[in-house]
Amino acid sequence: MGTSLGFHIVFAVLGVGLPLLMFVAEGLWLWRRDPGWLELARRWSKAFGILFAVGAVSGTALSFELGLLWPGFMAFSGSIIGLPFSAEGFAFFLEAVFLGLYLYGWDRLSPVAHWLTSIPIAVSGAASSLFVVMANAWMNSPAGFHLDAAGKLVSVDPLAAALNPSTATEDPHMLVSAYVVTGFLVAAVYAAGMLRGRTDLHHRRGLALGMAMAAPAIALAGITGDSSARFIYQAQPVKFAAMEGLYQTQRGAPIHLGGIPSDSQHRVLFAIEIPYGLSLLAAFDPNAQVQGLDSYPPDLRPNPVVVHLSFDTMAGLGTLLGLLAVGFWILVVRGRRLPLQRRLLWALVVAGPAAVVTMEAGWFVTEFGRQPWIVYGLIRPSQAATSAPALGATFGVFLAIYALLALTSARLLLRLARGARQAGA
Amino acid sequence: MTLAAANAALLWAALTTYAVLAGADFGGGVWDLLASGPRAAQQRRAVAEAMGPVWEANHVWLIFLVVGFFTAFPPAFAVLALALYLPLTLALVGIILRGAAFAFRAHGAEAEGASRWGLVFGSASLLAPFFLGAAAADVAAGHVHANGRPAGVFEGWATPEALLIGLLAVSLCAYLAATYLLVETADRPDLQADFRRRALGAGALAGVLAIATLALARSQAPRLFETLTGNGLPLLVLAILNGGVALWTVWRTRPRVARAAVIAQVVLVIWAWPLGQWPYLVPPDLTVAGSAAPSQALQAMLVVTGVGMALLAPSLWYLFHVFKGRLPQA
Repeated sequence: MGTSLGFHIVFAVLGVGLPLLMFVAEGLWLWRRDPGWLELARRWSKAFGILFAVGAVSGTALSFELGLLWPGFMAFSGSIIGLPFSAEGFAFFLEAVFLGLYLYGWDRLSPVAHWLTSIPIAVSGAASSLFVVMANAWMNSPAGFHLDAAGKLVSVDPLAAALNPSTATEDPHMLVSAYVVTGFLVAAVYAAGMLRGRTDLHHRRGLALGMAMAAPAIALAGITGDSSARFIYQAQPVKFAAMEGLYQTQRGAPIHLGGIPSDSQHRVLFAIEIPYGLSLLAAFDPNAQVQGLDSYPPDLRPNPVVVHLSFDTMAGLGTLLGLLAVGFWILVVRGRRLPLQRRLLWALVVAGPAAVVTMEAGWFVTEFGRQPWIVYGLIRPSQAATSAPALGATFGVFLAIYALLALTSARLLLRLARGARQAGA
Repeated sequence: MTLAAANAALLWAALTTYAVLAGADFGGGVWDLLASGPRAAQQRRAVAEAMGPVWEANHVWLIFLVVGFFTAFPPAFAVLALALYLPLTLALVGIILRGAAFAFRAHGAEAEGASRWGLVFGSASLLAPFFLGAAAADVAAGHVHANGRPAGVFEGWATPEALLIGLLAVSLCAYLAATYLLVETADRPDLQADFRRRALGAGALAGVLAIATLALARSQAPRLFETLTGNGLPLLVLAILNGGVALWTVWRTRPRVARAAVIAQVVLVIWAWPLGQWPYLVPPDLTVAGSAAPSQALQAMLVVTGVGMALLAPSLWYLFHVFKGRLPQA
């Protein structure tokens, strides 16, 4: 399940971000009548055709696996969080319908009508990510249902479950992260082309549009991520403690940058410590109290090594990406043209995969930070997992399939990019 | 009608739509795999052109079905997921590989000929309907017990009648696809003749498999037989009559009438099942009313579907209008 999610999320975020870029590029073509923009939109739509299909089938796998792997979880929560899933179903429906029109409609629709079909793709792509993350937010802040004394579900309020307290912070953070990843990945593709000497207009425009998406998105990701962390400080203190590697409950808690939390020594080894930093960040008060891991029994704590390192990876890489984006646009404004220094281009090439790592690390934080709970405070994995036979073999088969799909998509996308170089020559 | 019954009817309508639309896409994969003769490449191209713009939208009916099922009938969903773990997982493998392979071939500059992904596309298209059909048969035959757990990998689901119905599902998909392609190839008589022969073959095979299933069910799966010959009987009789009409219209090459008749055939078969086993959702233990979610969730499901369909219906109409409204240009 985790593997499927980690795989699906990469395709899903591109499904959210790329349509917006296609909309902009094709719009510029209609406005300026410059065929170069059309060429860009067409190339992205080809890549999107592959990415969307793989995203769609891996998303289907997820909807099945919810039941196949976690029948106990679904028997309990299906009716509570079904609302956002059904809404996501329709958003996905609209995305698929208009994608069909977009991909195959170049010759059948008028240019303006064709351009307009990209709007529902971009909107429903964003909407489906919001709906799905609502379900994940519910697992962090279960709300909107009543149990009787025996723990049996007696009534549900699907709207309250969908709009649970975590939704307000998780949803915006995921959405802008999707634009971060798309923007940096697109920029990386064109930066790589430029390093091989292809500095034509096509590449410069591709790079500029990618960075135009990445820069505001990474800033917003910082802001939404910050409010998300502050929310977790209040709502899931044990996850917060694991993120920061804080063992003792204390006032004036320090922040640990890097390092490895050690359960046996009850402290973070090899970390840079900033006194009062954590209390200040979490509550704007240097003497605020922050709960530590030690105030929870060991079997109710997440693994602080994974959660802390993931959190620092996300925050650290995210900061670097932000600095890169700012630096890039300062150079653009100063020089009134795209900067083409090799070192900067190399940094942009690395930033693409780094953005994916940042997002996956953030996803690790929220998932591993919730352990040992599936639904925070309510359900544990052993109560929810399937007892079906041959699970190991199934896992192996799915891993092999995903590896195959990832490699093939990458190979085909690289071939598309090479085609772009030849066409640009 | 109760809320639970309304939700069940809604899910069955989604299942029917999925079968009629996506079933033909799986059937298209079968004909891609079996493409032969001097026009093999054109046959493949006709399948790809027909599927290209619509298959992803058709596929979403399945997602809607799964999601709606666990929203409205969570305990039944959990029971099915456990008992039918293997057939559903294998169907899933088929669905993943089919979709990815089609996209790789369509957008990855490997469009022509029987490439490796073409082979994956074709064979994965067999997997999905076979195992979905087999899983459905197990439900109808009453093999899924609320408190039972699967004892082994094949135990409990790989019954003769389930495997037979799996084959029936594959042949119905192929029948649907070939009949749709009769309409799509109306301007190319030689290609149309290829698909006419294929439709007749698949239709005849489906008929034989259906009769064999009934005969087998009578002795081996009494509950399945009761389902079909009890409340489901009127639809079963209609299906048998309509089956003859469908084959005859294919024989006479009346593409549009044939398409309607074959769709009716699939609809009749799918609706004979819930009517026959009513009031059970997963016989013999779970009824529709007994496994329904709390009423607020059922209401929410209907509201979301109403709003969603208001947006979706015109979009779908537009999609099919643009790509299926007139003859495709050769």
